[in-house]
Amino acid sequence: MASDEPTTPAEPGASLGDIPRPNYVPAGHDFASVTEKVSSLVLRRGVGLGWLGGMGLSQLVVAVFLLTVAYLLIMGIGIWGINIPVGWGFDITSFVWWIGIGHAGTLISAFLLLMHQKWRTSINRIAEAMTIFAVMCAGLFPLLHLGRPWFFYWLLPLPNTMGLWPQFRSALIYDVFAVSTYFTISLLFWYMGMIPDLATLRDRAQNRLVRLAYGMLAMGWRNSARHWHRFEMSYLLLGGLATPLVISVHSVVSSDFAVSVVPAWHETVFPPYFVAGAIFSGFAMVLLLCIPIRHFYKLKEFITIDHLDVMGKLLLGTSLLTSFGYLAEQSLSWYAGEAVESYVYRYRLTGFGQYATIVWILFFCNTIAPQILWFKRWRRNEAVLFVVSVIVLVGMWLERFMIITSSLSRDFLPSSWGMFKPTIWDYLTYGGSLGVFFAAFLLFARFAPILSMSETRALLPGAHGTEVGR
Amino acid sequence: MKPRPTLYGLMVEFLTASEILEATRRAWQAGYREMDAYTPYPVEGLAAALGLRRSRVPFVVLIAGLVGALLGFAMQYYSMAVSYPLNIGGRPYNSWPVFMPIAFEVMVLVAGFAAFLGMLLLNGLPRPHHPVFNVPGFERSSQDRFFLCIEAVDPLFDLQGTAEFLAALKPHGSVIAVPRDRQWKAKPVESIQRQQAEESVSP
Repeated sequence: MASDEPTTPAEPGASLGDIPRPNYVPAGHDFASVTEKVSSLVLRRGVGLGWLGGMGLSQLVVAVFLLTVAYLLIMGIGIWGINIPVGWGFDITSFVWWIGIGHAGTLISAFLLLMHQKWRTSINRIAEAMTIFAVMCAGLFPLLHLGRPWFFYWLLPLPNTMGLWPQFRSALIYDVFAVSTYFTISLLFWYMGMIPDLATLRDRAQNRLVRLAYGMLAMGWRNSARHWHRFEMSYLLLGGLATPLVISVHSVVSSDFAVSVVPAWHETVFPPYFVAGAIFSGFAMVLLLCIPIRHFYKLKEFITIDHLDVMGKLLLGTSLLTSFGYLAEQSLSWYAGEAVESYVYRYRLTGFGQYATIVWILFFCNTIAPQILWFKRWRRNEAVLFVVSVIVLVGMWLERFMIITSSLSRDFLPSSWGMFKPTIWDYLTYGGSLGVFFAAFLLFARFAPILSMSETRALLPGAHGTEVGR
Repeated sequence: MKPRPTLYGLMVEFLTASEILEATRRAWQAGYREMDAYTPYPVEGLAAALGLRRSRVPFVVLIAGLVGALLGFAMQYYSMAVSYPLNIGGRPYNSWPVFMPIAFEVMVLVAGFAAFLGMLLLNGLPRPHHPVFNVPGFERSSQDRFFLCIEAVDPLFDLQGTAEFLAALKPHGSVIAVPRDRQWKAKPVESIQRQQAEESVSP
């Protein structure tokens, strides 16, 4: 992988004095070449060997996942290591982890849209797709955890013969609404942003069937200025709705823990602490996906080294926020002086043989390792960023695991203490969901425009009738 | 004898954003109102040049959001306080503070659908076919070209005069007559004028 790449100024006048401005605009491209480059990734014939290999591997994992789920449905969730007292194990850990990963996607697409951060353009489509697939994987876990997933509709407020309703005072029912709304809005946002690009694919398709397929998806979009006028307003409004939504979703997820009376769960710091961790892990996943994509799809002038640089900064920033959460948790429990609470925190840090090894590994992954990103030299190195992203993803999974299992294993009554021991099925269910995610993502990379062509065109020099300056 | 194609409008093509902006402004000054520009991305200032007012989408979304919030709250109030009141730890049946998160989620859900469907329906989409698609080369409007179409329903529209006006804007290529019906191919306006002249001479 390439190490340093020089910053090329986007256009004359884009540099202020001697300070090189970051370059987020594909240099040397015009409207036609942007269209050609991105749409040819979709409209070319056949598939590459790399894609085929990745897809084959992912499908193999999906097959394992399906077998695991089949066995789970036959035998029940007793095949997992969960039991009383630790009733939540890998399943809820993976749920919280996956849903957190989705958050960076919405943040990039919606929040940066509201902030007029133009650098989102090259990566927002990838990040949004990541959100959708991550939320899909997340949704699997609570459903499987039900034990009898075919009764999932009991969670919905449907009139039924028993005359019962869901318990709306419970954070677990908040979850149903928050996650399903989040998935639906993310899907709408993703699809709506893609409509003009689908129209481009329709207009460029040579094959009749391909033209018909993209034409149906584009719904007759004809690039009219009147349409763009409403489109931009609606897109902005969707962004405005998605931004508070994303904050609410992980806050609701954290309420699953925070409203319960379990030591080291019952804390007011949980919602912001969970949201920060969610965005942190999500940025790591975006980097993990963007680096191979820019490499294998030869999109280095679109997803520039400056994009990776700014994402590295965000990764570092969210790492500091999450680490502050760790510090706040520890110091508040110490300051409160509540006996069981203090005990659980001490147990987390010193209970080697129980969970302390995991806790120290996660501190290394989430707090120590990202500090390398203070250095510009390493932030602009694909290999370093990739490795740090993997470390962060592992660390965030361990963090969710630590929060869930260590608290449950040390309840108020020492007589009900117990440990969580994962079985092979725990590993296979979690690992299998990775296959589902990557298989879905590879399908997206083959059949959908992975960069927003219309937004990229609008960034090009001269796009708005002026030569320089936007 | 085939019925005459009814005309949708006259269309010209431009190569740059500044040309289409300039052309649209001049068409507006000339008094044309029923016109539309087709661009591969939203060009800043084009909506203003076309005299478009603030869209109604925000209003639709606001109403939908309020309806959604009320709906979300009413659903919880009805089920928890009216239909099947349950005493949970002595809390009031209408424990409204804990109903807020779901009311918020339902609000966002309904408002989000309103933003998406509002955009589609106000734009008259989905609409698989439209007269402008008859124009050869129009597929580049989603790639790298800019089109301006003055529609025949405009009160000032006049085949001869409007064609001359558009030609004076120095478009790329000729002025294209856009038929309303998909049976006819769009063609340069001169050929239609010639045809009309022939028809008026013959009995």
